[in-house]
Amino acid sequence: MSTVKIFINNKEYNVDSTYTIMKACDEIGIKIPRLCYHPKLSISSGCRICIVEVEGMRNFVASCSYPVSEGMKVHTNTDAIRQARKDILELILDNHPKDCNTCVRDEVCELQQLASSIGLRERKFEGVLRTPFVDASSPSIVNNHDKCILCGRCVRVCAQIQNVSAIDYANRGFNTVVVPAYNNPIAESVCTLCGQCVNICPTAALTEQNYTKDVFSLLNDKTKVKVAQIAPSVRVAIGEAFGIKPGNNMAREIVHALKLLGFDYVFDAQFSADLTIMEEASELLERLNGHGKLPMITSCSSGWMKALEQFYPELIENVSTCKSPMSMLSSVVKSYFADKIGKKPTEIANVAIMCCVAKKYEAKRPELAMEDGNPATDYVLTTRELAWMIKSAGIDFKNLKGMDFDAPLGFSTGAATIFGVSGGVMEAAVRTAYELATKSKMENIDVIAVRGNEGIKEGAININGTEIRVAVANGLGNASKLFEELKKDPNKYHFIEVMACPGGCIGGGGQPYAGIQDLPFDPKLVNERAKALYSSDEKNTIRRSHENPSIIQLYKEFFGKPLSEKSHKYLHTHYKQKFPKGILRKSGKEAK
Amino acid sequence: MHTTLHHNQQEINNQLKIFIDEIKKRERSDSHLITILHKAQELNGYLSKEIMDLVAEEMQIPTSVIWGVATFYHYFKLSPIGKYNISVCMGTACYVKGASEVLETIKETLEIEIGETTEDMMFSLQEARCIGACGLAPVAMINDKIYGELNPKKIVDIINKLKEEALEEEKIVQ
Repeated sequence: MSTVKIFINNKEYNVDSTYTIMKACDEIGIKIPRLCYHPKLSISSGCRICIVEVEGMRNFVASCSYPVSEGMKVHTNTDAIRQARKDILELILDNHPKDCNTCVRDEVCELQQLASSIGLRERKFEGVLRTPFVDASSPSIVNNHDKCILCGRCVRVCAQIQNVSAIDYANRGFNTVVVPAYNNPIAESVCTLCGQCVNICPTAALTEQNYTKDVFSLLNDKTKVKVAQIAPSVRVAIGEAFGIKPGNNMAREIVHALKLLGFDYVFDAQFSADLTIMEEASELLERLNGHGKLPMITSCSSGWMKALEQFYPELIENVSTCKSPMSMLSSVVKSYFADKIGKKPTEIANVAIMCCVAKKYEAKRPELAMEDGNPATDYVLTTRELAWMIKSAGIDFKNLKGMDFDAPLGFSTGAATIFGVSGGVMEAAVRTAYELATKSKMENIDVIAVRGNEGIKEGAININGTEIRVAVANGLGNASKLFEELKKDPNKYHFIEVMACPGGCIGGGGQPYAGIQDLPFDPKLVNERAKALYSSDEKNTIRRSHENPSIIQLYKEFFGKPLSEKSHKYLHTHYKQKFPKGILRKSGKEAK
Repeated sequence: MHTTLHHNQQEINNQLKIFIDEIKKRERSDSHLITILHKAQELNGYLSKEIMDLVAEEMQIPTSVIWGVATFYHYFKLSPIGKYNISVCMGTACYVKGASEVLETIKETLEIEIGETTEDMMFSLQEARCIGACGLAPVAMINDKIYGELNPKKIVDIINKLKEEALEEEKIVQ
């Protein structure tokens, strides 16, 4: 590494010669304000918020893209720079609605926080506003066009991280909008509803479809039995919304809060993650024995399922027929559990708290409805929505004592906990498949090869003398690379796990917004969440799904055995091609 | 441009595919998207959703990206062009001499906005920058003919005359 000597605010530093000014400043602890920049995305230098003064240059330069050079003298905080930044941001805000008080992003808005930190305290102009236009066609994602400041982070995350390109800029000048092809509503686009655009949006331009009002009404409905379930990843992220350091497992506090909100039962999607493993591991063994297509691909991630139907229809038969843990649990609640408490399915309302916005779409899939035609899952809330509900109901979340999940659908193993991390479903399935197939204990159940935050991971495991080759991809962009490889060698793997979001569910589109000092899908943040899940797995005395006593009981009382007729009825489903068909850019051809 | 409108769609698609296949032999063929869209418009008269879908599929470029390019450049037409394509010059000289009144009159007479085509597929309306006939300002081009020294009354007369001509033509065909 060659270095150059530069001066930042009159102090001398030696920095890597390949750095930009912004990167050099980040390293010495000066965070230059920024907006359109994200380290994982291509640099667009569009917003100009990150300008700095370089001695000898006629104009201020965008520090995100300007490289350092020997002897360069940079000033990040002069009066002139501060004023210029204010002016630039003021011009951005002039075309942005002045409705912060009633906006859904109030208090968690990056633009608002940026204005505050830059010190914008007066407004001199009345700019022209966009015509308010809301695309609420999708049950998952809402596009509020008038809130968009055209930073383009959503466009780049969709193209460069996810290789989906559902949205792009259309038109030009003041009429520029971020829309799907042909100005189609999101519901009629190739959008996989992963929600990474929502997570990375600095304003309320892209948000989840919000169901908090419906759920508050439901909680006041005395005719319904209210059942909540929470995903593994929710518990290790929700604390962030309350200012708690990332990486705390707050499952007990969430259960307590949900009870205080008025839920009658709080069950765990981890219980049904164990159930998923029972079915999926059995299905894998069936397929390995020649019944069904290989490689088998996981089906838990709703964003991935939508991508499958629109981008990879040729892989539909490779995908496990198992429903996601959410849909399995909702199904079990409205069948097995309804019988237990002597209620009709229609008297029960299932609310799923998920780290995901695509799950809102999954809940409305007709093929996942109960026999009576009603949805198995009535509402899906994101981690963000639940955090807001807890605050709105005046619940002192940080100081709650905590409560246990309800029986019988609240007990889970360590294997289920790690569903939230990329590689977790694979690892959990391998633990059970190995022991079901060999009838012997797996010595070391930590499948390290599939852990970590690389985009694509590979491993192999020996089951009864056969080498089972596995691969794990997180983020749809990585999945597209993996499937490109698979085309070249269709027999390369036996089992593939795909999660639509970078890092897996812990990096889901429904997770708390990153604070101003953090980044959406920041590997450090995602790692903290992952560590919390892995440590919960290690602390659990039962770490294999098939040893979960509640699962054993459920099979004894209801399903009989995995892949039985009854489990096919309640726990399995089929997918079919949907249109418009998506177009994948070959790797190395991602949009700039 | 107008002669090809009578070809059937299959033939247009085939010609476009042949053109794209040639482009794909070049290095960084992705960067020739604009050239391909020009060709598509030349063959098809305008960029229909179907023709853009075809370009997307053949080039393996996401449709949202194609839509972005097609809506960015004024040259690309997103709806079919009528028999008579009126481009009103809004360059400085024409503007000063009353081009906007002419434009407004056309909009009212034909009940269309800029970029649109009348329901009978007779007239399309565009705005143009300077077309180099400032001495005749304000001017409009209808297909490839220039009409100068326009005013609201004159443009209405021209439109009516073209309508009559078209009706005559139709009668002859029948």
